[in-house]
Amino acid sequence: MAADSALTCTATGDLLELTPGGAWTAAQSAALEARMSEVAPQVSGARKLTINMGRVRELDTLGAWLLERLIRGCADRKVDVELVALPDRYRGLFDQIGRVNREAVAVPAAKNKLLAALEQVGQWAVELIPEFETFLAMLAAASFALGRVLMRPRSFRIISAVNHLYRVGWQAIPIMLMITFLIGAIIAQQGIFHLRKFGADAYVVDMVGILVLRELGVLIVSIMVAGRSGSAYTAELGSMKMREEIDALRMMGFDPVEVLILPRIVALVVALPILAFIGSMSALVGGGIVAWFYGGMSPEIYIARMHEAISVTHFKVGMIKAPFMALMIGLVACSEGLRVKGSAESLGLQTTNSVVKSIFLVIVLDGIFAIFFASIGM
Amino acid sequence: MATAQPDIVISVRDLVVGFGRQRVLDGLSLDVRRGEILGLVGVSGGGKTVLMRTIIGLIPKRQGRIVVMGVDRDTASAAEARALERRWGVLFQQGALFSSLTVRENIQFPMRENLQLSQRLRDELANAKLEMVGLSPSDGEKFPSELSGGMTKRAALARALALDPEILFLDEPTSGLDPISAGEFDALIKTLQQTLNFTVFMVTHDLYSLEMECDRIAALADGKIAAIGSVSQVVESQHPWVKSYFQGKRARVITRAPN
Repeated sequence: MAADSALTCTATGDLLELTPGGAWTAAQSAALEARMSEVAPQVSGARKLTINMGRVRELDTLGAWLLERLIRGCADRKVDVELVALPDRYRGLFDQIGRVNREAVAVPAAKNKLLAALEQVGQWAVELIPEFETFLAMLAAASFALGRVLMRPRSFRIISAVNHLYRVGWQAIPIMLMITFLIGAIIAQQGIFHLRKFGADAYVVDMVGILVLRELGVLIVSIMVAGRSGSAYTAELGSMKMREEIDALRMMGFDPVEVLILPRIVALVVALPILAFIGSMSALVGGGIVAWFYGGMSPEIYIARMHEAISVTHFKVGMIKAPFMALMIGLVACSEGLRVKGSAESLGLQTTNSVVKSIFLVIVLDGIFAIFFASIGM
Repeated sequence: MATAQPDIVISVRDLVVGFGRQRVLDGLSLDVRRGEILGLVGVSGGGKTVLMRTIIGLIPKRQGRIVVMGVDRDTASAAEARALERRWGVLFQQGALFSSLTVRENIQFPMRENLQLSQRLRDELANAKLEMVGLSPSDGEKFPSELSGGMTKRAALARALALDPEILFLDEPTSGLDPISAGEFDALIKTLQQTLNFTVFMVTHDLYSLEMECDRIAALADGKIAAIGSVSQVVESQHPWVKSYFQGKRARVITRAPN
């Protein structure tokens, strides 16, 4: 296939004759473009131009377009161009090529970069409003669905809810145990290391106990659930949306919120407090083990000190937050899932959005709860 | 290397393709001539798409020989096989446009990878291809998700034509299109085939496309080519499946008044 391409150029007086030869095909593109630019100065000086196609062995769209472009350039300068000895088999191609690229494509004008960046920030801010609206709409839809289910308890999709509970609750236990155990251990190690300087290393128990029960147990578990189960909810609902399953459900007279979303949110609201409890306990155990081996505090003393350091209030403060975190994660995950549009790309985008938003909101909610509990003295 | 006759661009001999215990293609032989439009018909699930995908190398074969444009991929080097792949274009059933690229970038993708072109020439060529398939250059800015079914097919055709292929493989080009769009698409393929001189291998169910476009028809049944020839020849075939296919009610458009 090593066909060669050629372009010879002979000038006789005012007349310039171009003789393309060989293969004028895409495979020769680099050489052809170079040849065309070589002859460009001669062509621009010519008064009259003849293109002799007699020696072209192969011609495709690329070759035809290069010649057509040359011809058009000449026509713009009112130079006569004659195409001679064009083989019949290429006549159709030239006719076709002669019709394309006639209209200039409008290129959007480049914007000032700074202005574009500012505009983008503004866009984001404006887009927050519909996002908040979607969230509220989902909250309302889920509340109405819950209301309807409470009026007719038999319509609740118990099997679906149990299935989701199994997936977001039971199957999540090992990873939650692992993570919170490590977090508890790290806090205890850091506490012992730094408090030892003041001879206050016994207070590590207070630190681990209060921190884990009030804040970290539920927060870490919520973040893990948002990443693990929230993303799964978004991806499932999103792919159902993509394949029009949700529309099909609606057409059969079912409410997608009642059938798909409510069982998922209920499962999450049940599972998250359980996971937060298990996680907190695991973190306390992790802290205790580090206190024993690293801080030299025997388990009996650790438990005894824990008994003094923490009260049931600390435990309550942590656990009260868990269902709200779950509700937040569930609502964000489901509303993002329903916002998926036709393409697989949008599915990926909404899943990322779902995780980022729910983690952000979980932390914000935790902050609000901290202020609230502080002001009521808990 | 060049074992096939010069005017045969695709030569398939005793091809066997199967999945698990099932043999989808069982000793199939087929020749496609240069410059023709060959339509392949057959039962749903009978292996038409499998045959096409085997020829272009997406499905491994168990036995047999496939020679495309004189190149047998079993004996060809990797470089030869790659060079061969540049010489054909494939229009997949769902278009298979890359969803993260605009239509223009989709068309330019094979050019960018295989040819050394300036950006200007690449843009001009992409616009030329867009217009040749009946889209406007401004459609080039759109993403595949913004296109209608017919536009997707056209954009995918423009991409298949990006490198001026010698063979064009079409997998159900008119499926999912309304009869008018389908007719226009048939006419488009026919026109482009005449201007660009490529060979078309088309899997189709559309009886109308068969009649309008195809120079020859191959009917696939029981894993073999049951009948091959011009429309009128295949209609005369005595094979039971071919007979019921072309003599059913829906086939009347084609068998009625061969003018």
